[in-house]
Amino acid sequence: MNAAAHAPHAHGGKSIRGVMTSVMLALTPLTLWGFYLFGWTAVWLWLLTVGSAMLFELVCLNLAKRGGPASLLDGSAALAGWLLALTLPPWAPWWIAVLGSFIAIAVAKHAYGGLGQNPFNPAMVARAALLVSFPLEMTQWVSPTPLLSGTGLGALEALEHVLFGGAVPDALTSATLLGHVKTEASRGIDLLASVPALGGGLADGVGRHAGSLGETGSWLILAGGAFLLVRRIITWHIPVGVLAGIALPAAIGHAVDPAHLLSAQHHLTAGAALLGAFFIATDLVTSPATAAGKILYGLGIGFLTWTIRSFAGFPEGFAFAVLLMNACVPIIDRFLKPRIYGHGRVQMSPA
Amino acid sequence: MMGFRDLLDSIRLNWGVHPEGHKTLSNACAIEVMPLPDRLVLPLAQHIGAPGRVIVAPGDRVLRGQILAEAAGVVSAPLHAPASGRILDIGDYPVPHPSGLTAPAVILEPDGRDEVVDFVRCEEPLTLSAEEIGKRVAAAGIVGLGGATFPAAVKLSLGRRSPIHTLLLNGGECEPYLTCDDRVMREAPAQVVEGARLMARALGATRIVIGIENNKPEAIAAIQLAALPCAEISVRALPARYPMGSEKQLVEFLTGEEVPAGGLSAEIGVVVHNVGTAAAISHALRSGEPLMSRILTVSGAAVRRPANLRVAIGTPVADVLAHCGGLKREAARLVMGGPMMGMILPGDMVPVVKGSSGILALTADEIPGSDPSACIRCASCVDVCPIGLMPMEMAARIRAGKADTAVDIGLKDCIGCGTCAYTCPAHIPLSHYFSYAKGTLAAAERSRLKNEAVKKLTTARSERLAREAEEKKAAAARRKAERETAKRKAAEAAAQDASAGGQEVTA
Repeated sequence: MNAAAHAPHAHGGKSIRGVMTSVMLALTPLTLWGFYLFGWTAVWLWLLTVGSAMLFELVCLNLAKRGGPASLLDGSAALAGWLLALTLPPWAPWWIAVLGSFIAIAVAKHAYGGLGQNPFNPAMVARAALLVSFPLEMTQWVSPTPLLSGTGLGALEALEHVLFGGAVPDALTSATLLGHVKTEASRGIDLLASVPALGGGLADGVGRHAGSLGETGSWLILAGGAFLLVRRIITWHIPVGVLAGIALPAAIGHAVDPAHLLSAQHHLTAGAALLGAFFIATDLVTSPATAAGKILYGLGIGFLTWTIRSFAGFPEGFAFAVLLMNACVPIIDRFLKPRIYGHGRVQMSPA
Repeated sequence: MMGFRDLLDSIRLNWGVHPEGHKTLSNACAIEVMPLPDRLVLPLAQHIGAPGRVIVAPGDRVLRGQILAEAAGVVSAPLHAPASGRILDIGDYPVPHPSGLTAPAVILEPDGRDEVVDFVRCEEPLTLSAEEIGKRVAAAGIVGLGGATFPAAVKLSLGRRSPIHTLLLNGGECEPYLTCDDRVMREAPAQVVEGARLMARALGATRIVIGIENNKPEAIAAIQLAALPCAEISVRALPARYPMGSEKQLVEFLTGEEVPAGGLSAEIGVVVHNVGTAAAISHALRSGEPLMSRILTVSGAAVRRPANLRVAIGTPVADVLAHCGGLKREAARLVMGGPMMGMILPGDMVPVVKGSSGILALTADEIPGSDPSACIRCASCVDVCPIGLMPMEMAARIRAGKADTAVDIGLKDCIGCGTCAYTCPAHIPLSHYFSYAKGTLAAAERSRLKNEAVKKLTTARSERLAREAEEKKAAAARRKAERETAKRKAAEAAAQDASAGGQEVTA
């Protein structure tokens, strides 16, 4: 079909590359903040994840003859790698990064037919697979060792650590809020005792606490999300759905049983909730198309995240929640269509 | 207060896009009358419906205003000579169609003497009866000048089928570049208002709402002033948003009601006409002159002197462009109409027709340049669709060769506005898919109807043949019986004769 032969003879100027670039721009401040907090290991890990994601994309594009190097420039692979890097422990070894990129790009994306065809969020498939396969490496969190503070590793030492491994100094290992309360709960210590023991710095909004690159710096995540909303890359429906889906059951649960269920504030600021709500759940390819569908999808992710965090074995459940809701997208899109003009309030029967 | 209302309006609308207007290229240019070209090309099908029936022959000399082709059927429109001159030819010529198709047309060479037929003037057209207005509009060959080209008189007769309470006059002109409606409203507001009142009278409508996009403040002011003495007319500013000028969107915005799917706005008591059509009707009824010219916008970055022109129907595009100083840059695309819904022209030899609202010569910078890539399901098309469709889903089904299942999710409700394709970051030609699918479905429907008709005829024929054979047989049997009776009678008679003869003989 020849695009040149038919109206419209004008275009709004939006492009896939532009969309991906906007998301990356929105991610930049919080990523830089993560680099600052966790030092050179984080920088190397990020470079390794994004670089290998692009390499796998190039290989897959060539193998499948899907357009070659030009398609690499649409930025979708780099973004998937970037999002995956943000969910990894900052001191993870190189093979975690490379294996994760391979799963995200080759398995979760290209095996399904490439850009636009994958039903599951590539970064989350990779994260879930890594978490299940390598629970030790994927939950080894460290306290922040800000650049130039003298506490962390130098650039070359950090590279050596990422490439050749080596134990994380005991003095640096730490737990995330969600991991900590899960561990303590398994020892029979309830939240009333375990949460205050961690001190007040856990959810302070700037993220000076243990965690992955992307779960620190709440304000920067919100700023990035606001940028995407203003640029109309995403709409408010999914983030609001996700956050409400977590906060409502959390608030009710915490009011009923404060000893075993964390408060809404902790749920929202801890783990992947914010990053996920604005950057992961909003992945265009794997989310529903309509406003109503997006709200339902967001609520589902939020509620499942809260459920997994509160009652399941894993401390964090965002990735699993996203994947479960990804599987529901076709049916959501089928039944929550917009009403067609002139057809009255009764929905047309689905085809 | 207008500003506050505008804000509310724009929040209320959850569809559409804001394409760059490019209106300033031509909106300050007063309408000028373009001189007649050397040759006029007048296609017989310039309206929706049956093409006109030619009543002149090559070599004939015609007067300005003389009928060249008369309306052929209920939905049709006559065609008049825009100049006095000689008919050179009647045959197939390139017409405005992307494929470069040819179609029957009358070729007229103006003689420059401007001899006219007797036009029946009317000083007080508003005193005419509803029927008379309709009759004169039909005779003038006026069609929807917004681009839809539906015969205006047919639309005016809708009042006889279902009661019409409201006439909406569409002054939206939401297509980028086009400024001819804007200029008509500014320069001839009285004509627009009188045309609207004439149409309302023909329809039996008691209310007239004139909707004008708020990016045309001069037009709004001019029409408001002209409509001041008429209590039944209200002028409403519309938010400048594409496709506000689509009939369905306009009806919903101004009346709060939706046109039923697959139906006409007349079913909810509303008829929509374009402001240009209103002005043309007022002019035609007052002067008695049929539609022989139209106002159009010539624009685009490749045109040396963008303008709003009154052009004789049939003027070749090449002459129009030459009148505007020619092209100052290479035109990557020639478009008739607006950039959102207009058609690409196969060349500049095609003529201006009754539905030509604009001629755009667009440079490569102005048109979409990227090749389509994969759909990333961003749903931008769903967000902007004014009808509430899921364009990406429809396109996926059409691509899979299942156009019939695309109908189940609203293909036939698609108004072809192009908003989805305009916004698609993957540059997928969504509108093209939908036109194509609608075309194949219509073709399939036609061939189904044809097959049915053929089947019906074949059955009828075999039935007839059987019946005739039956009748023949019956007739043959009857004749045989008659023959036998005759024979028997003859034999009897002969026997009688013989006995009688015998008697005679014996006698």
